[in-house]
Amino acid sequence: MKPLLPAFSLRDASGADVSFPHGRAAVIALVKEDCPTCGLAVPLLEAFHRAYGSALDVLIVGQTQEGNATLVERHGLTCPMLDDSRLKVSFAFDIDMVPSVFVADADGRQLRRVEGFDRAEWQALDAELAAMAGAHNAAIEWSALPPWRPGCGSLSVDPRFADRLRAEAENSPLRARKIEIAPADDEFEFMFDQGFTDGLPVVPPTPERVIRMLSGTRRDPQSLVAVVPPNMGEATVEKVAINAVMAGCKPEYLPVVIAALEAVCTDEFNVHGVMATTMGASPVMVVNGPIRERIGMNMKIGALGQGNRANASIGRAVRLAIRNIGGAKPGGTERSTLGNPMKITMCFAEWEERSPWTPLHVERGFKPTDSVVTVYAMSGGPSLIVDQTSRRAAQLAGSIAMCLESIHHPKAHMMFDTLLVVSPEHVDTLMTDNYSKADLRREIQKVTGRPLRELVSDERSGVGMNAEKAKTLSNEALARVMPKFLSEDMIHIVVAGSEAGKFSGMFHGWVGGEIGSMPVSRLIDPN
Amino acid sequence: MTTILDPTNEKTPIARQLTPRSGVISGTVAFLDISKPRGDVLLDRLEEQLKARAPGVDIRRYAKPTFTKPAPDTLRQEIRAASNFVVEALAD
Repeated sequence: MKPLLPAFSLRDASGADVSFPHGRAAVIALVKEDCPTCGLAVPLLEAFHRAYGSALDVLIVGQTQEGNATLVERHGLTCPMLDDSRLKVSFAFDIDMVPSVFVADADGRQLRRVEGFDRAEWQALDAELAAMAGAHNAAIEWSALPPWRPGCGSLSVDPRFADRLRAEAENSPLRARKIEIAPADDEFEFMFDQGFTDGLPVVPPTPERVIRMLSGTRRDPQSLVAVVPPNMGEATVEKVAINAVMAGCKPEYLPVVIAALEAVCTDEFNVHGVMATTMGASPVMVVNGPIRERIGMNMKIGALGQGNRANASIGRAVRLAIRNIGGAKPGGTERSTLGNPMKITMCFAEWEERSPWTPLHVERGFKPTDSVVTVYAMSGGPSLIVDQTSRRAAQLAGSIAMCLESIHHPKAHMMFDTLLVVSPEHVDTLMTDNYSKADLRREIQKVTGRPLRELVSDERSGVGMNAEKAKTLSNEALARVMPKFLSEDMIHIVVAGSEAGKFSGMFHGWVGGEIGSMPVSRLIDPN
Repeated sequence: MTTILDPTNEKTPIARQLTPRSGVISGTVAFLDISKPRGDVLLDRLEEQLKARAPGVDIRRYAKPTFTKPAPDTLRQEIRAASNFVVEALAD
């Protein structure tokens, strides 16, 4: 069976609608005015129309209104010149090149397709049309024409229009509800009014932009990434892409956003609790592996701050997705007492190459060549650990430990984890004594260890073990040394930051372990 | 006119209505402690008061495993099946 060509209805130069198929054979020629080969083809199409027009339709479909008028005037056309300036027909015919000529039977089935200009092919076309029409060949002096000319690119594949055409096509991959913003409305103000934003302007997620964003992944736009608490909204790839557009992401960031959203929506990470807590926790995202360089993430100077599009917009996209798809909004199920700037965005990459230690993702069971995002629920940070004078590893580890002891409260022990970001200069100090991550963790636990009797609620501070309960304990029990962290693996260590500055950073955990939130890593799909 | 795609889960929000109040406390009252510090202290005091004022009421105590996560389905179903009222001790 011959393929059925797309049906259409377009206006001719007089404003009348012309439909295809129309009950008789037809020649449909898609052209644009600024294509020299189309300039060669249009007089031939006019000759076909004059010779065979009584038996079949010759329809020239032009891609710009102005160009169409020029072609009609320049060539004195009597053949219908149809307006496809919205490029819908060019897109539907799936052409890459103009001129593209289709011959169809009365039912609209394709009999022949010709692209560009090959004299012999066009002569054969002429002969076929003459046979179909039962007429003499058209009056064309073929020998005066060049043997071959290439066509030009169709406007329907021009990057300026292709995304819009894909978004508007009947087989568009987009399924999300369309919202029309009236011309009198400011689109940025509209999105604030709808509650779509985190308080900063967002990029309007037009269908064209979302289509472009979806080019960042090979996953089906309707496949499910996660079910997002608290409202258990279904985050399809398309919905994630919409929020990624709003956050300012490039398409190549999308796989990171998808992996991070998958990670936070696990039971282990417990994003419902993380968002709902009055403590004001938020996901902190750390990216490892080759994708860091490929998408231009910052792991060096100012890695935890502003100024890098990938870091800033990936973190923001995940937060917007939780807000918009999951429905976690401040004052609703998001109940943070003070809030936290990390709730807008917090994402950075580890500087694996500057680290003497095993990178985070390899510690967590992935291959060095994998690209991985790891999410942590953190309630504060990054706070600075300032030590410009320690010269031995143990001294610096001691300083880091003393700062870590302040997390939540100096008397609060064994309840949470921490993400420690060691700067390059501090790495160098630790490496003067060949400190491993394990050495650093051990030293932190040693220095922060306090006998239980120092961690009891008292006159100076009500925080700590209930004083009445402490009275029931033996001296031996009260002398037991309690480190800051329940176990060494609650101390997560990465390397980032600039070469200059003896300052490291620490993020304060939330509620650690199974009753709260645990770190989760997800492989980033390289496609 | 600009067209944008809806970034939300497209579930139309429905305002929740309070269950009508009967004005009488009877039957079984579930006391749910969400496991935040001192929630039990609050519920202990409330239990004393309620027993004094409404002696015929049966009070049953429940607790969530952790305050950070929603109550497990089984616990919700158990409370729903056994109780006429629920008092939840929320935050500290």
